[in-house]
Amino acid sequence: MVGIPLILLAAFFFPGIILRTKSIVSGRKGPGVLQPMIDIRVLMGKGSVYSTTTGWVFRIAPVIGLATMLAAILVVPFAKMHAVIPFQADFVFFSYMLALGKFFMIIGALDTGSSFEGMGANREALYSMLIEPAFLVLMGTFAMLTGFTSFSDVFTAFHLSENPIITVFGLIGFYLLVQIAMIENSRMPIDDPKTHLELTMVHEVMILDYSGFDKALIHITTAIKFAVYGSLICSSLVPSDWHPGYQILLFFSIQAGFAIIIGLAESFHARNKMQKNAKFILTLTAVAMLAFLVVLIVTNKLII
Amino acid sequence: MILSFGIFILPKSTRYGYTLCLIFLMVALTSVAALFPHLITNPLPNLLSYTVPDTLSSFFILLINFTSATAFLYSGGYLKPYYDKQTSLRWSVHLWAFVWLYISMILVVLLRDGYSFLIAWELMAVSSFLLVIFEADDRKVLKTGINYLIQMHIGLLFLLVAFLIAGKASGEIGFDGLKYYFSGHSNILVFCLFFTGFGIKAGFIPLHTWLPEAHPAAPSPVSGLMSGVMIKMGIYGIIRVLFSIQSDIFIIGLIILGFSLFSGIMGVMMAIVQHDLKRLLAYHSIENIGIIGIGIGIGVLGMATGNNTLTLLGFTGGLLHVLNHSLFKSLLFFNAGSVYLATHTRNIDELGGLGKKMPYTAAFFLIGSLAICGLPPFNGFISEFLIYLGLLKSFPESSLYFSILLLITLIGLALIGGLAIFCFTKAFGIVFLGQARSKHVENAREVSTGMLIPSLLASAAILAIGLGSVWFVKPVMNIASEISGANPAELFSGRLFETLSRISVAGGVFIGLVVLIALWRNLHLKKHTVATGPTWGCGYTAGDEKQQYTATSWADNFSSLANPVLGTTKRAVHIGENDLFPHKRHFETHPVDLFKTKMIDRPINAMLNLFKKIAFMQTGQIQHYILYAFLFMLLILVLTMFKIL
Repeated sequence: MVGIPLILLAAFFFPGIILRTKSIVSGRKGPGVLQPMIDIRVLMGKGSVYSTTTGWVFRIAPVIGLATMLAAILVVPFAKMHAVIPFQADFVFFSYMLALGKFFMIIGALDTGSSFEGMGANREALYSMLIEPAFLVLMGTFAMLTGFTSFSDVFTAFHLSENPIITVFGLIGFYLLVQIAMIENSRMPIDDPKTHLELTMVHEVMILDYSGFDKALIHITTAIKFAVYGSLICSSLVPSDWHPGYQILLFFSIQAGFAIIIGLAESFHARNKMQKNAKFILTLTAVAMLAFLVVLIVTNKLII
Repeated sequence: MILSFGIFILPKSTRYGYTLCLIFLMVALTSVAALFPHLITNPLPNLLSYTVPDTLSSFFILLINFTSATAFLYSGGYLKPYYDKQTSLRWSVHLWAFVWLYISMILVVLLRDGYSFLIAWELMAVSSFLLVIFEADDRKVLKTGINYLIQMHIGLLFLLVAFLIAGKASGEIGFDGLKYYFSGHSNILVFCLFFTGFGIKAGFIPLHTWLPEAHPAAPSPVSGLMSGVMIKMGIYGIIRVLFSIQSDIFIIGLIILGFSLFSGIMGVMMAIVQHDLKRLLAYHSIENIGIIGIGIGIGVLGMATGNNTLTLLGFTGGLLHVLNHSLFKSLLFFNAGSVYLATHTRNIDELGGLGKKMPYTAAFFLIGSLAICGLPPFNGFISEFLIYLGLLKSFPESSLYFSILLLITLIGLALIGGLAIFCFTKAFGIVFLGQARSKHVENAREVSTGMLIPSLLASAAILAIGLGSVWFVKPVMNIASEISGANPAELFSGRLFETLSRISVAGGVFIGLVVLIALWRNLHLKKHTVATGPTWGCGYTAGDEKQQYTATSWADNFSSLANPVLGTTKRAVHIGENDLFPHKRHFETHPVDLFKTKMIDRPINAMLNLFKKIAFMQTGQIQHYILYAFLFMLLILVLTMFKIL
């Protein structure tokens, strides 16, 4: 229960840290850590402008987006503590809940009848469709390794040990979770949120017509999504015998570290060519299968 | 049954009402019989004793009843525009065939005896054929119908052979004799015959080619009924045979799982590239048959490896998906039918912006789309979740190869889920949202309330299963344990029901959150200015509806990825380098069903060519024919001399 406020707190600073990292690395003075939250506050104070083409789907989409994110948090554990409503195979629920939010954002974009937004929605639909197997395979390997099927139990049972093979698995898992988080949030290397041409955007062009309060909802959703993935990464790394105080400390340092990694990646990486994205995402599924192979070795099913 | 012939006698205007009463009477009777089977054994012990439904039959009867009743209610409104166009006889035949399709489906799930089962099976094929060719003035529809009828008879042949082989050994032709046969003989051959026969009905790829043709050709309530329940009769048959198998269980499970995974993934991939709304839904039926088959397949594999959890969760997931699919697929077909009725086109590329003109149809179609994508809190999620749970729980204890098999299934299922979302964002988004893409949409109006009621009923059932899954999973799991002999007590006492109730709670929390955030938003917007304007056009203000994304462009990035297996043909005239003043150009794409072209059309064409070549023998002169007869006799003589014959 204590987890949800802490995840929300992390979400509060997350986009700011990314922004700050990027401005420091590029040598700009840049805005403060709280700037994204100030932006959201400003947006929340405003009304909205709607296109005459749009109907109720466009208006309900951001609401459902945020609701799916908050409902998905219910199954996310905090460090080694259990989630609010943990159940078996709850990561399937997690993954499908996020997909529901995405479904609505996509049809919300189509509701505007704009070719730009159609393009963005189309790309987002393709990429999120391709990433789904990677996430489920990764969690399947966790399930196979630990013998449990819920987020909370898996992460309670899983800890990095002396066994070098498990360390290898941990590294692959860490890499995958970071990449999946980046793709789910439409960041580098598949999408660049700072690009200025509609034709090269993915997520940004999908939400082009949102303004004011609705846009604030979308920004809040994105920030929480980052923090949730950060929390998952954290749960897979925290040793279980630590004092809760240290666990919370580690939680925030991992969240900050994750944000800094994203900032650095976006500063030094070029975005993929649009046609390469599909292949890149499919490669992640292949990496997830590599993790599966490692677990086969760990569980003595495959003996080398 | 006899009452159904009354349709021909009554005046045309009262026939629909009469049929409606008849169907509802039968629905009520069979529902009672299915829910309380012990009631009908007492009063009529001799006459009806062999038709007492067991739990599997009861499950299917209830499913048939719900969808038949809603489909017939819907057809009342749907057929109205045809009332004046069609002759009185054809009108009666259609209603009569509807009644008989219903009766034959009930009989199929009731009868155990081989011959009577096959007769009911045949009745089902013929009556659905009559329903498909309702608009027989269109030659294409007639051709599709005949194609359908022929394929059904090929399936019937496989079943007949399978029953005869089993019956010869056991002395009893029917499902009850199978157990005896399977205990003494190899299981695999007869099972494959059954699987082919039932698989044609169910639409497993590559046996599916009738399905994407017949569903668009039939009137929408019929498509809903056929896709919702009739193809499930194939699934019923497969399960009924599985009751009796004794050996080769592992390999049988592998066959089912393999075909199902293939059907699931290929079905949804082909659905994405379709332009015809009903054909798209037809390919999704193939995909969902795949998901059902995956559930049953892993159930059988669980039986083979003695893994109770996998068996029960697999079968339960598969069977529950049969129910779920019958609900959301009929819902989708009804609303696709309403769209067709309002716009007279099924081409997705010509639609758009219908959400404003037909708000209720749009909302119902959206519910169906979300449910078919397996998204919570709707019913599709529950059945897919059970299959996922079975896979994930079996990972730790299974061997090397078996875990690889489970992994492949997991990836397949996840891919199907993702692709379905890609497909239905297209189907819903292009048809109902944005601006109208052609003048077909201009005069569209919302359909009558009578046509919306069936959708409302189906949607209510969808939400009920999605939110109250515990009450539905429990009885279905009892059927699963009856099929497999696995004891569900282990899972009952386990955390399964806690899990399901927590899903319900999480779903409830989600709905609560939606309501709360929406209220917050509304309160906020009341206090602030809300303006309207044109869609952002990047500075170009004169954009028109032709610039919107279409079904074709939506599928383009996917079909370029998947072209090796899909083979969509594109035809376009490109602008040459020296073309200074290019003329009007056009561009077209055609989705091709590779299985149909490669596996059916090509051999048939080769055969026709061969026949053409040997047609020179047909001279029409009697002396030549006498010569042929003489040569034939000579040939037999020679063969006998050398003892080859």
